[in-house]
Amino acid sequence: MTVWPRLAQARTGGLAVLVLVIALLPLALTNNFYYEVAIQVGLNAIVCVGLNLLIGYAGQISLGHAGFYALSAYTSAILTSRFGWPPGAALVVAIGSAGLVAYVVGRPILRLKGHYLAMATLGLGIIISIVIATEDRITGGPDGMAVPPLALLGFPLAGERVWYWVVGVMLVVAVWLALNLIDSPVGRALRALHGSEVAAQVAGVDPRRYKVMAFVISAVFAAVAGSLTAHYAGFITPAKATFLHSIELVTMVVLGGMASTFGAVVGAAVLTTMPQVLTALKDYEMMVFGAVLMLTMIFLPRGLVPTIGAAFARWRK
Amino acid sequence: MMVRSTLKYLAPAAFAACLTLGAGVASAQEPIKIGAFLAVTGPAAFLGDPEQKTLEMYVDKINAAGGVLGRKLQLISYDSGGDAEKARTFAKRLIEQDKVDAIIGGSTTGETMAVVPLVEQAGIPFISLAGAVVVIEPVKKWVFKTPHTDRMACEKIFVDMQERKISKIALISGPGGFDKSMRAECLKVAPKYKIEILADETYGAGDTDMTAQLTKIKNTPGVQAVLNAGFGSGPAIVTKNYRQVGVPFPFYQSHGVASKEYIKLSGGAADGVRLPAAALLVADKLPDSDPQKKVVVDYKNAYAERWKSDVSTFGGHAYDGLWLLVDAMKKAGTTDKAKVRDALENTKGFMGTAGVVNMSPTDHMGLDLTAFRMLVIKNGDWELGN
Amino acid sequence: MSAELTQFLLTGITIGAIYALVALGFSIIYNASQVINFAQGEFVMIGGMTTVSLVDGGMPLPLAIALAVVVAAAVGLLLEKLAIERARGASVVTLIIITIGASIFLRGLAQLVWDKNFHALRPFTGSTPIAVFGATILPQSLWVLGVTVLIVAALGWFFGRTLLGKGMLATSHNRLAAELVGVRVKGMLLLAFGLSAALGAIAGILTAPITITSYDVGVMLGLKGFAAAILGGLGSGVGAVAGGLALGILESLGAGFVSSAYKDVIAFVIILAVLFFRPSGLFARRSAERV
Repeated sequence: MTVWPRLAQARTGGLAVLVLVIALLPLALTNNFYYEVAIQVGLNAIVCVGLNLLIGYAGQISLGHAGFYALSAYTSAILTSRFGWPPGAALVVAIGSAGLVAYVVGRPILRLKGHYLAMATLGLGIIISIVIATEDRITGGPDGMAVPPLALLGFPLAGERVWYWVVGVMLVVAVWLALNLIDSPVGRALRALHGSEVAAQVAGVDPRRYKVMAFVISAVFAAVAGSLTAHYAGFITPAKATFLHSIELVTMVVLGGMASTFGAVVGAAVLTTMPQVLTALKDYEMMVFGAVLMLTMIFLPRGLVPTIGAAFARWRK
Repeated sequence: MMVRSTLKYLAPAAFAACLTLGAGVASAQEPIKIGAFLAVTGPAAFLGDPEQKTLEMYVDKINAAGGVLGRKLQLISYDSGGDAEKARTFAKRLIEQDKVDAIIGGSTTGETMAVVPLVEQAGIPFISLAGAVVVIEPVKKWVFKTPHTDRMACEKIFVDMQERKISKIALISGPGGFDKSMRAECLKVAPKYKIEILADETYGAGDTDMTAQLTKIKNTPGVQAVLNAGFGSGPAIVTKNYRQVGVPFPFYQSHGVASKEYIKLSGGAADGVRLPAAALLVADKLPDSDPQKKVVVDYKNAYAERWKSDVSTFGGHAYDGLWLLVDAMKKAGTTDKAKVRDALENTKGFMGTAGVVNMSPTDHMGLDLTAFRMLVIKNGDWELGN
Repeated sequence: MSAELTQFLLTGITIGAIYALVALGFSIIYNASQVINFAQGEFVMIGGMTTVSLVDGGMPLPLAIALAVVVAAAVGLLLEKLAIERARGASVVTLIIITIGASIFLRGLAQLVWDKNFHALRPFTGSTPIAVFGATILPQSLWVLGVTVLIVAALGWFFGRTLLGKGMLATSHNRLAAELVGVRVKGMLLLAFGLSAALGAIAGILTAPITITSYDVGVMLGLKGFAAAILGGLGSGVGAVAGGLALGILESLGAGFVSSAYKDVIAFVIILAVLFFRPSGLFARRSAERV
């Protein structure tokens, strides 16, 4: 019994570190380009924290989350720019609709297991991305569409420095929600599922219900980031809906460390900043990126944060 | 002599030179920084790759000849992979971190449009290499472009069809931004040329066979000609399938296939295909009296010599962009962004690979239909069509 | 049967045969190691690109083809030896990411070794279309179909009749039991990767004259092959072939009769529907889930 409060403390400790990093990071951000990268890290991290609930805790893979991300981004974009909705209302509807789609398709899809689930989610993502790229009269097609800026309580959000704090706060909220969820009975049910579905069922957990719940929550996290990205960037293209983006998101989660919320954040940070660092390699960039990915996963199969955490724990002993 | 050889050594690493030497070398003024973001990899690599090579080659040439305004040029180039989001980030990097004096780039329309708000806000001259009309319509203060628009391509093709008494056609287009935009423009301007579009087929990304769509077109009653709007490997497959299925009508392609690669990829199937393209492709076949001849022959030979590969009109867009910019800087006598922009807007009679450029406050491209030549493919080579 | 329908079917079967070869590659590796190899499409690319560059370099076609298959198989063996074997025991998702890393690496390598341009291979035996019931088919398509039939037959014989093939199957059914009766499991894994890389390469070489090859041609073909393998039922040879053909025909009919823009959507919706009723694909191997 005494283990739990300590663990809880460690979690709060982690959250405190995250808040501190977000608060102090601007000291190192000397121009708007650095802010831009930091904002992208934050937005990706929000998706990954959600996706980690599904992959890391519920043990269900999804190769289609870019679909939810883009669905919400485009819903926001279309409602605001084509129908003149206020961005706030559009944001709520966009996130809600992504969640609804996840709920509707989640029930049949989550009956599938392993690679079959991977295929089904992949197919779902591809369907969404083709529809977006094809319906060019509404979505602007492959060339994308412009998105009006977001306003908060009547103040338009503009500029990297404002957005940095918006995304920072959203990320902290996302992490806090995820940590609480994991510590709740829902979280324990999810982890039971990951271990053995049958055993969980025997223990009275309805696997389907919890799987769908994790699926919807992760889709909503992706949707939040998607809508925010659209408004922040002011422009959106179907590239963000493709399965390559879905795979990128999963890679962030796995690289950072599955079943580790902070791992998801670290994974997002590493994979978002890496391409900016690798530009110096020019033609070798793609090859080095692939090699780094492979080597990390071969030698740190559990991901960055859990492996480093374990090493740290050993060292303390 | 000593100073010059030092400079030559430093030119590629001019930035480092400035840091280490600072004002120590009197003549080592800060270079003029030209930023570029291009789709060097990814599905639009056949645009970005020759663009990148062209920029590299001419920045070297210009520097070897003494630079611009007595200063060297420094090219800072990023690979966007054709992704608009990446393009936007790199544009921000060019503006905020690299502090470039002007930007050339945006191989595709999506990349360009994602970057437009940034350059407008930052107030920096930006020459786009993308095709669609939306880039310059409506006119944006800081945005210019060098390629012909897709609307012009449609018009040129429709004029040619009219001359050949064709009025009912089928359209087949690909999944890319270029394809879709051109399809939309063609549908829009078709009535003006009394062209009726009876079938409107498409194919998807990475598709390896279009016989199904072409069979449908072949069996559509009344069709007199077929137009394929697309670029990349798609049109080559369409061309092969076109002959396979045995579609009997005249076949038009767009300026999107304007590279020798298309002919090679289609095998013999491309013979007889008509398309609008810049004079660059038929450089050697232009009459000596053609004022464009010297520019295009020089560029073609220089490119072939340096990169051992055939020239494409896509690299030509980058050539035009760089020289327009250099011209404007020389005319403005400074790299002051607002003055360079004004000079760009006042470009008159500039002879590029795409044609004669006459910009104005209402036209940030400055090309007209005469810039396009109607070409026909014969025996695996381009010929002037009329 | 109308000429139109014949054309769609011929087209669908040709594309489907290619998907089937890629899907077989997925299934063989899956059987041996429970790994889904997302670099399978890259073998297709290596096969096509190597052949193109060797032929351009003046090598006779048959020799170039043989060498390209060997190169691809060698890459497959290296992938197993250097990556998959070292990551044994890692979770399914981790293995997926490793193979994705491998596919990015191989694509990056290919654009350095070759270039970023598109390339076409000369058809093996001319390009005069052959008329079939009012529709047309290219001689190269006959090559695709013929070779696919041969390969499927050879694989059937290999897995059904030879000791080595039976050993591989045994490994996939029960690794431990196979090891106990003397099957060299590690060798089987290597063999699986080499074999499926060779299959992918053959698919890439066969299609290079019809479609067109480039350093990133593997992304889409890999994806379609994976879809075909899943549709047929992972690990089932018959399933991979049936899944590939079904996917090819679905796409072709979808493009011909419904909408060319939405043909992939149609195909994926049908795959999802099939999975809804048969969660383990059409020809799933019956096996109880271990608790």
